[in-house]
Amino acid sequence: MKMRLSAGAALLLAFPLTSLGAGDWTQFRGPSGNGISPEIGTPTRLDPARSIAWKVALPGRGLSSPIVVAERLFLTCASGPRQDRLHLFCFSTRDGKRLWERQFWATGRTMTQSKTCVAAPSPATDGRRIFALFSSNDLFCVDLDGNLLWLRGLTRDYPNASNSLGMASSLLVVGDTVIAQIENDSDSFAAGLDAATGVNRWRIERPKSANWVTPVLVGELGAGRPIVALQSSKGVQLVEASNGRVAGSYDATAATIPSSCAGGGVVYVPCNGITALRAAGEGQAVQKLWEAKTLRPQTASPMLIGNRLFVATGAGMLICADARTGEKVWQLRLKGPFSASPVAATNHAYLINEKGFLQVVDINPEAKEGRLVGELTLEPTILSTPAIAGGALYIRNDSTLWKIAGG
Amino acid sequence: MNEFCRIAVVVFFTTFFFSSAGRATVAESIAAIRAVGPEGKGNAEAARGWQELARADAAVLPELFRAMDGANELAANWLRSAVETIVDRSLASGGQLPLDALHDILRDTGRNPRARRFAYELIARVQPGIANGIIPRMTDDPSLELRYDAVQRLIEEGGRLAAEAKADEATRVYRRALDSAREIKQIQQIKGAMDKLGVTVDLPRHFGFLMQWRLIGPFDNTGRKGFDMVLPPEQAIDLAAEYPGKTGPVRWAPFTSEHEYGLINFNLPYGPLKEVTGYAYAEFQSDAARPAELRLGCKNAWKLWANGRLLFSRDEYHRGMEIDQYRFPVELKAGKNSILIKVCQSEQTETWTKEWEFQLRVCDARGTAILSADRPPSTIAKGTPK
Repeated sequence: MKMRLSAGAALLLAFPLTSLGAGDWTQFRGPSGNGISPEIGTPTRLDPARSIAWKVALPGRGLSSPIVVAERLFLTCASGPRQDRLHLFCFSTRDGKRLWERQFWATGRTMTQSKTCVAAPSPATDGRRIFALFSSNDLFCVDLDGNLLWLRGLTRDYPNASNSLGMASSLLVVGDTVIAQIENDSDSFAAGLDAATGVNRWRIERPKSANWVTPVLVGELGAGRPIVALQSSKGVQLVEASNGRVAGSYDATAATIPSSCAGGGVVYVPCNGITALRAAGEGQAVQKLWEAKTLRPQTASPMLIGNRLFVATGAGMLICADARTGEKVWQLRLKGPFSASPVAATNHAYLINEKGFLQVVDINPEAKEGRLVGELTLEPTILSTPAIAGGALYIRNDSTLWKIAGG
Repeated sequence: MNEFCRIAVVVFFTTFFFSSAGRATVAESIAAIRAVGPEGKGNAEAARGWQELARADAAVLPELFRAMDGANELAANWLRSAVETIVDRSLASGGQLPLDALHDILRDTGRNPRARRFAYELIARVQPGIANGIIPRMTDDPSLELRYDAVQRLIEEGGRLAAEAKADEATRVYRRALDSAREIKQIQQIKGAMDKLGVTVDLPRHFGFLMQWRLIGPFDNTGRKGFDMVLPPEQAIDLAAEYPGKTGPVRWAPFTSEHEYGLINFNLPYGPLKEVTGYAYAEFQSDAARPAELRLGCKNAWKLWANGRLLFSRDEYHRGMEIDQYRFPVELKAGKNSILIKVCQSEQTETWTKEWEFQLRVCDARGTAILSADRPPSTIAKGTPK
């Protein structure tokens, strides 16, 4: 196991880097990428008669999460016998009205394993533009009104950049760079694209190994030099968002499905359970702070709230750990299995299992342990991570998008 | 010239100028979009062109559809998005779509198949009942999406007839459906229904799978190094030659697939080996020079050559396999065409890494089988669909 950080590296750990609305849900697992929303007033006591504010039918499959900007929800689907029809929707969060839809023809391979699908990566936004990536490596950028700004066909550009099981890594937008991890067994790379034109700012080789994790923003390396963590089966690389320069790395066998989260300059990596890494200080190496083998995320990514780290295990256990030490604080048996990652707001965590059973857990830090306070049955199969915005949750499966509010 | 005439002349020339300028702008915008290339090349110019087009009146739609003919896939998506934007705005403001022109595009089977399907969907959006009058005529349409809907109706009709114990009529309908079907799931559905009616379907022939091959191996692939190694079969095809293999001398030997989806399974002649490479060679007799596609399914690392030219290579192991997983346009020569594939097996030991196999078919761009002139009678047996 090797750890290194380039000389001269100094993480200033500044957040956030964008000026989006506090109530927006801008990417996979929310604005911080840690699964949390600053929202208050999200529903806690759920009731089938009152909690489903609206639902709309979807024309195609999707594992991607919704994102929300200024009361507009954006969502992707894929339809057709070969899933080669790619959909990008905009709905009003108020009433679920479809404001616009754009469809595109897939230009890359659409083969996936049956549990996943072509609309697996979640879209992302900088508040002005929507960036939508699909498993076919087709990437589209539109404005909030659906006007096309640019597009890319990354499998056309790099014909061996695909995974026959399907791609699922979501995009990360940092400043004016859109970061994509197009990692697979063959032509494996990460790229930073100019958010204005879609042209490559940088492209770096990555381990030749299938990988479905999403990059996370760690902090800043010096003034205005944001750093992102790229996780893979070979460990973690810290990369400058604007130019792709590798600023440090940690070599180990990390997970390839659940993604890291980051806060306070520490990256919490699904690796030997969870491994906490700090990349801080002028010329300092990447430092392993702790490793907790009992924190074992399987598909769902961990969630970070202040000094508390939450892990939903494959067996259906929600574990709360001290993010400073990795020590378990409490655990609560829930009904799994979970593919969707946990999300939280207002001191409540929301976990939805694959059968469509939503569970609300009171995670008030003053309490000694978590407490199940709400339940709601939707429809199977739900593999997608919910979004939180405007005091509501948004959940989707292959056929329906729900708004959960009130209660 | 009185005042009225002066105004009329100004109005005429103003209208002429702006309409001329509008047409030029449309043409230039389309040209900018059609010029988009790899790695985002031309995106900025295309975006400016797109903004011009998106502001245009619905009357420009036929021109945008025509521009999809011969456009690369990226440009087609730019144009499609411009059409959607114009249509949304036009319909939201109570405008009309140029339906006659859209019908013309739909009828013209020489146009971009995806664009024709798109035209149909726009027509159906404003004339929701139109499908019954259009879709049943589309069983042999170049647009596979239109054809899919037409075939689905035949499958449903066959099911109704079978349920009414009208076996002969159901068989005729299913036969029509099978002749037209190009989507794998529909073909499998029809095959299942015909099996129940006691009717044999020659799937390898329907798909055009190559069943007769010559195999040679095993060669070494320890450490996955065999993938890049140029072994003798890649240098010349000599079916009488003997080469050093991984465990001893190896020679070409005939292999005939008995699998209904044309699997060529190296494990059958060589056993369940690991870290090995095998080659398969076939000769395809074409009646004439013609364009075709080689379509491959393979979950091992592979390289594929046609008439000595490397078409593609891929070093992905055991992530999945399906019919038509990879498609390669080729130009068949009249007479003999050689096809060589290299298939590498990894060191992995999991149960899902046992397969060392591929399936390959020859067809046209729509997926219609092209059969070798010397194709022997069917040799199919039961097999697991892939």
